[in-house]
Formats: sequence, C-alpha cells, structure tokens
Amino acid sequence: MIRIDHLVKLFGAKRAVDDVSFVVERGEVLGFLGPNGAGKSTTMRMITGFIPPSGGKITVGGHDIAVSPLEAKRLIGYLPENAAAYPDMTVNGFLEFMAALRGLDGAARRKAVQRVVELCFLSSVLKQTIDTLSKGYRHRTCLAQALIHDPQVLVLDEPTDGLDPNQKHEVRNLIRELGKTKAVVFSTHILEEVDAACTRAIIIDRGRVVANGTPDELRGMSEIAGAVTLRASGADIAQMQRKLAQLPAVVHCEALRGSVRAYPRDKRLSGELTHVIVELAAREGWRIEQLRTEEGHLDEVFRRITLPDTEKTRRAA
Amino acid sequence: MGAWKTIWTIARRELTAYFISPVAYVFLVIFLLLTGFFTFTVGAFFERGEASLASFFVWHPWLYLVLVPAVGMRVWSEERRAGTIELLLTMPVATWQAILAKFLASWVFLAIALALTFPVVLTVNYLGSPDNGVIVAGYLGSLLLAGAYLAISCMTSAMTRNQVVAFILAVVICLFLILCGFAPVTGLMTRWASPALVDTVAAFSVVTHFNGFERGVIDTRDLLYFFSVIGYALFATGVIIRSHRAG
Repeated sequence: MIRIDHLVKLFGAKRAVDDVSFVVERGEVLGFLGPNGAGKSTTMRMITGFIPPSGGKITVGGHDIAVSPLEAKRLIGYLPENAAAYPDMTVNGFLEFMAALRGLDGAARRKAVQRVVELCFLSSVLKQTIDTLSKGYRHRTCLAQALIHDPQVLVLDEPTDGLDPNQKHEVRNLIRELGKTKAVVFSTHILEEVDAACTRAIIIDRGRVVANGTPDELRGMSEIAGAVTLRASGADIAQMQRKLAQLPAVVHCEALRGSVRAYPRDKRLSGELTHVIVELAAREGWRIEQLRTEEGHLDEVFRRITLPDTEKTRRAA
Repeated sequence: MGAWKTIWTIARRELTAYFISPVAYVFLVIFLLLTGFFTFTVGAFFERGEASLASFFVWHPWLYLVLVPAVGMRVWSEERRAGTIELLLTMPVATWQAILAKFLASWVFLAIALALTFPVVLTVNYLGSPDNGVIVAGYLGSLLLAGAYLAISCMTSAMTRNQVVAFILAVVICLFLILCGFAPVTGLMTRWASPALVDTVAAFSVVTHFNGFERGVIDTRDLLYFFSVIGYALFATGVIIRSHRAG
C-alpha cells in the first residue's frame, strides 16, 4: 500500500532524510524508530503529502503522491506529531468537520463520528471544546480524526505520546487490531511498543535506515542474543566460568553477580549450547537453579546502532 | 467530493469559528461604533445638509486599514501556530481550495459587518431623498476595498505564525496602497516626479479606485483593479504556503 523509493529530503545543506526506501503492505504494522531528529516526522510528512520530497518517489495505494495527491490523501488517515486540532471547536464539531472534508454526509457522517467516538473513548468529552481537553483526550480526538473515514493506510506520528500507561496500552491494542486489515506506519521512540504492536520495525538514524526487520530479528542483532545464562549451586562462580569457557561451543564466558553467561560461537546454535551446559552441569554435579537463553534487548540494539553517530555530532558541536 | 463542496465545508467552519469566539462580537461593535463616530461626528453628517453617504464612505479606506488586518491576521498564522495546517493540508483538499475558502469566509464576515451599518442608509432616506444607486455603488466599492485589504492580510498571515507581525505587515502594505493615491502624497510627488510617474503610482492606490464607487460610478477598470489585487494576493498566499512546506 505504501511504497517509498530512495526518498530524500534536504533542508538547506542538511539531509534530513537520506535515501530511505521501504514498503508497507496491508496487514502490516511498521514501527518507525529513531532518536529525536532522525527524520521520522519528516518522512511521515512526505508520505502524507504535507511536504514535498527533494528526491525519490512515494506511492500510496498505487497513487504517486506528487502526481495525484488528492487520490493518495483520500486513502490515508494521519495523526500528526503533537496531535494538532482546532482549539476552539468542540470534539463533536471537529470530528463532524473532518468527516465532511472526507466527503461523508448525513447519516454516513453521523455513523462515522459515532464509530470513532466509541473506538477512541471520547463520548464523555463530545461537547467540550478541544482547548479544555487534557493531553490524552486531545491526542485521542486527533487519532479519532485519522480513523474517521476507515482509511486503508494509517500514518501515526507518535500515537502514544503524552498518554498515561493505561491509554498507551489501549492505543497499542487498537493499532495492532487496525493493522490486521490496514497498512499502518507509526513512529515512536518507546521500544516496548515495537513488541506490543509492530509486525516489522525500521530504525532510522540521521535520515538513513540503519535496521529493518521483525522485532525478533532486530533483537537478534543484540550482542547478548543467543547467550545462555546459568545460575547454579555446587561450585563457585569462577570455577563455573572456567569450565564453561573451556567448552568448544563457547566463544566467551563472563561472570555476573550470582550467575555466569556463556556466549555461543554461533548464535544459531544457542539451543545446542543449552544441552551442552546441562550435560556439563550434570557431570560436575552442579544443581541448576536457573538456565536462560537470552533473546536480546531492543534498547541495546537501538543504542548500539544509533549512539555512535549521536556521540559524533555531540563532539562536533 | 467537488471542489466547491470542500470550499464550502472549510468556509463554514471558518465563519463559525469567528462567531464562537469573542473576536466577531468585539469586531462588530468596534466597527459600528467607529463608522458611526466618523460619519456623524468627524464627517459632520448633519452639518453638510446633503442627502448622501459621502461622509460615511470617505472614511472606509482608513477604518479598514486597522480593522481588516485585525480580521485577516489570524487566517493562516493561527493555523500554523496550532499546527492544524498540517491536518488541513493532508486532507484531500487542494491548497488553493483552502486559501479561497478561508478568504471567502472572512470576506463574508466583513460583508456582515458592513451590512449591519444599514441604519445609516435608513437615516439618510428618512431625512431626505438620496440617490440610492450611489449608495449601492458605495457599498459595493466598500466591500471590494475590504476584500483587497483582506487578501493582503491573508498573504501576510501566511508569512508568519506571529499574528502581530502579520497585522503590522498588512497595515503597512495597505497604508502604502492608500498613500500612493492620497492627495497630499501625490501633491508632494509632483514636485520632483514626472506627471506620468505620479499617475502610474496613483493608479496603484485603492483610494483612486474607490473614489469612483463613492461617486456612484461602477467602472470596469476599478472592478478589475480590486479583483486583481485580491487575485494576486491570494496567489502569493499560495506561493508562500508552498514555499514553507518545501522547507
């Protein structure tokens, strides 16, 4: 549904988005990760046709956004960063207006408004003006607006920003639910949301795509992914560390507080490693209290991929 | 959805926005008080002893100079400040439709304000027998004048997210359009400029073109002038908005 080819955006000499390409199909929820200023919002603004790209091509549902913007925009529901909405309008008035702009009339419009009001839990604030709403409600009002025409493509810029933990949970569930039938792109810098809602994630840093994969694949890029952590009694830590390090399948073994962690020579063979360690423990007479294969941490991957560059810019500045 | 339906949807929202905020009422009251004050007190409506609205219309270029930018200054800067411009322009709405819709809504609002001056027409008809054709022409000219100022205010409003800056820029541009045809200024210019140059500059003035309407003459050239000022300013608004988005 969304196809992005070699997208470039220049702000003066700065390459805010630098040769970004990806595809999002129906039924996919793409998480767009990256540090602040990485180019997430800029990319989303180009997808939704708010700002024109400096280079590259964007098609939404087969419509080139540069050639037939109105056709493409009809397919998209967009939640902009900061969830802007007309402050002097009531929630109901605002949703009616947005529905009217989407070409919905009469009964269809009433039904559409009612549907999103229920979906986003807005019925208690319908008559309130938007400037009197709390941030969470304002955010959900703007999200409701993005859903009002039941779009095939959803572009959500930090949809959970400013929400309390319960609301975050609701919104993530909603995104996952919507993602079953639509193509969804949402940006975030909260890594747990990748697991909670995404089928795939892209990490971008300083305008470039630096990683693209399923949450599990990304986690697999973590250094500790595949390592086996053992806690056992029957020997001291130093002794266990020495024995484990001698195993041919182990490339390196480190002592942690109360446990040891063995890194496999090949990440794909961590299952084998577990067997080997169990056998070793039986031979040595260690009593295993806990044995865990590390899946890796997204935040570690995220930091490792994006930090060196931020460090560099900090030093340059 | 048809282009005009989109324009109507946006324009209706804009017009409602005026009336749900105190802006509309404050503006209407001040506008009516000031027109009354200038017409009857400063313009010496009664002392003139003639059944015309000359002392009413003659003040309009000056009154509008302050009041119309006050209406137009929020049109785009408010939209940019609140970030709603991103919402509006990612809807299936062409930029020109949004520009035209917002302009028309504010123009209708100014037309309402102008229409509320009807008691002055009733008064002059009660006191004597004026040429109502001249009065109609005067109202038409006044409306076009307001439209020209408003289009300029929309343009300056698109330049900045700061309404005060938009207001001041609009006042300065409108003031220029008054002064370049204002008798004391043209008189000053004749001392050093050729008559052809003075005429050319004066031809840009709203006052020159408004005078005809005041006298009851609806000249195609004057109509063309006002519509081209409006058209040009709205076109420039589009260019400015596009250049902001291009970054």
